[in-house]
Amino acid sequence: MTAHVAEKAPRTAPAAPVRDKGRAGMWVRLVLLLLFVLVFLIPVYVLLVTSFKPLTEADPTQAWNLPKVWTTEAWSVAWEKLEPGIVNSFLLAVPGSLISAALGALNGYVLSKWRFPGADVLFTLFLFGMFIPYQGVMIPLVQLMVNVGDTLGVQLYGGIPGLVLAHVVYGIPICTLIFRNYYVTIPDELIEASRVDGAGMLRTLWSIVLPVSGPAFAVVIIWQFTSMWNDFLFAVFLTGPSSWPTTVMLNNIAGAVTTPYSQQMAAAILASIPTMVIYVLLGRFFMRGLMAGALKG
Amino acid sequence: MTRVRRWLPGLLLVSPSIILIAVFVYGLLGWNFKLAMTDKHDEIAEIPGNFVGLENFTGIWSEERWGLSVRHAIVFTVVFVGGALVLGWLLAFLMEKGIRAESGFRAVYLFPMAVSFIATGVVWRWLMNSATGEHAVGLNRLFHYLGLDFLQWQWFRDPDWGMAAMALPAVWQMSGYIMALFLAGFRGVPEELREAARVDGCSEWGVYRHVVLPMLRPVTLSALIILGHISLKVFDLVVAVSGKQIITDVPATFMWTAVYDSHDPAKGATIASYIVLSVAVFVVPYLIWDARKGKRS
Repeated sequence: MTAHVAEKAPRTAPAAPVRDKGRAGMWVRLVLLLLFVLVFLIPVYVLLVTSFKPLTEADPTQAWNLPKVWTTEAWSVAWEKLEPGIVNSFLLAVPGSLISAALGALNGYVLSKWRFPGADVLFTLFLFGMFIPYQGVMIPLVQLMVNVGDTLGVQLYGGIPGLVLAHVVYGIPICTLIFRNYYVTIPDELIEASRVDGAGMLRTLWSIVLPVSGPAFAVVIIWQFTSMWNDFLFAVFLTGPSSWPTTVMLNNIAGAVTTPYSQQMAAAILASIPTMVIYVLLGRFFMRGLMAGALKG
Repeated sequence: MTRVRRWLPGLLLVSPSIILIAVFVYGLLGWNFKLAMTDKHDEIAEIPGNFVGLENFTGIWSEERWGLSVRHAIVFTVVFVGGALVLGWLLAFLMEKGIRAESGFRAVYLFPMAVSFIATGVVWRWLMNSATGEHAVGLNRLFHYLGLDFLQWQWFRDPDWGMAAMALPAVWQMSGYIMALFLAGFRGVPEELREAARVDGCSEWGVYRHVVLPMLRPVTLSALIILGHISLKVFDLVVAVSGKQIITDVPATFMWTAVYDSHDPAKGATIASYIVLSVAVFVVPYLIWDARKGKRS
């Protein structure tokens, strides 16, 4: 590969032009990137501008204008309609992400530091659970929840506990993956030393591993919180009107032809605030979740 | 015996997750396939459904709606996967040598990942409003401002290429993620390798062609897998942008209507099985290849 190109190209180019070319290239790149920023922010502009418009300005000819009169009217109506869903989403995503993290930590710890025969095969079998389209389990899942609920006398189908269960179960693969990848970076000698000192598996987990697990917990909790908050598929199949989370409520509000655009947009923003706040404040961990689970979409 | 005592506690600790994955992933997938091979076409009637083999799987192809939804899924997948891959790659390429305010750019390109398809669907439905001329809003109105009236079209309501429009919000949402993957890939190429190629007389372009791009192949594969499996099960976005209209039907929305409007579990399960199979044909080989390589450890 290198041999034949070497013949053609001059070995060294004069220094100055290269630097100029580099600088020009830098500016071209910067301008292009800024253009893309504009394109990426178009939906944000529309959301904000439309949400602050009074109904009187809901006219196609003013579609892209700033509001002449800024009002939060649409916001208060949207909040009133959406609030029960937001409450439900918190009741879902807070316990759900904590349980997920706990399970992920246990699995990740064992699969990286306390391995048993077949652990790798098991891990691959887990990973497949990350990729399955959940449509493939949805109909039996509803059936199962109805049946189990009837037998045990608890309401799983149509309620938030059932939705938490579904998210926790189908979140096991990604949480296990993130914790496992994090724990392999802990030196085996530390675990071995603890073992020699007579500490068992749980004792080692508690006193050696968990104290350094902060970042992994942050990544997993943020990841799971975001996916539970943003999920629509499970919610629409497993919940009923009283337990609808934000996404289902938002879809109902925005899907109704009678809802003015200003309220739709305000509702969409309201529904996105919690995950956006997390993204802005803890983007670093959010990114790590994305990259750690480069396998997961 | 001592060896068993060494790994048994680990196995026990993971066993709750093993059982959950076994039941909820593999068990329910099996149950779904079994249901798809019965004639249980009525949800209410207390019939168990008789085994009919692959009848449902072949019969569904004679339904016009199924053919449409498959065609839609293919158009969507081509545009979405291609678009997100190219745009994500381009953004990463523009940034990879370091740029002013890099973290700012990254934050903008990636923020859509933190928001649900349902929320972004609200604004994209407005942007892609099909009204033209006098009543045009959204992008059609913007084209009018820019004097590009000839670009106005029906967007997702276009009978032939509407699904290409439907893919735009998905490209907008996911290309930042692909950018992040590629950027990590670019940065993973050791500077010494590039330098060596330059010393050998490679032009800057040659360095990309012969050194950098070949090293991006694994990242490209991961990106393809991620985008592909998201695309084949796309649901939320279609529901948020256009609801249950046949004109934008994809297998996942068709399944939803089969379950909730036609009350036909066997048909729903058949569609779900097809979605699972379409993902499994490329994910399973990928996971096996990945496990063999053992790169995740």
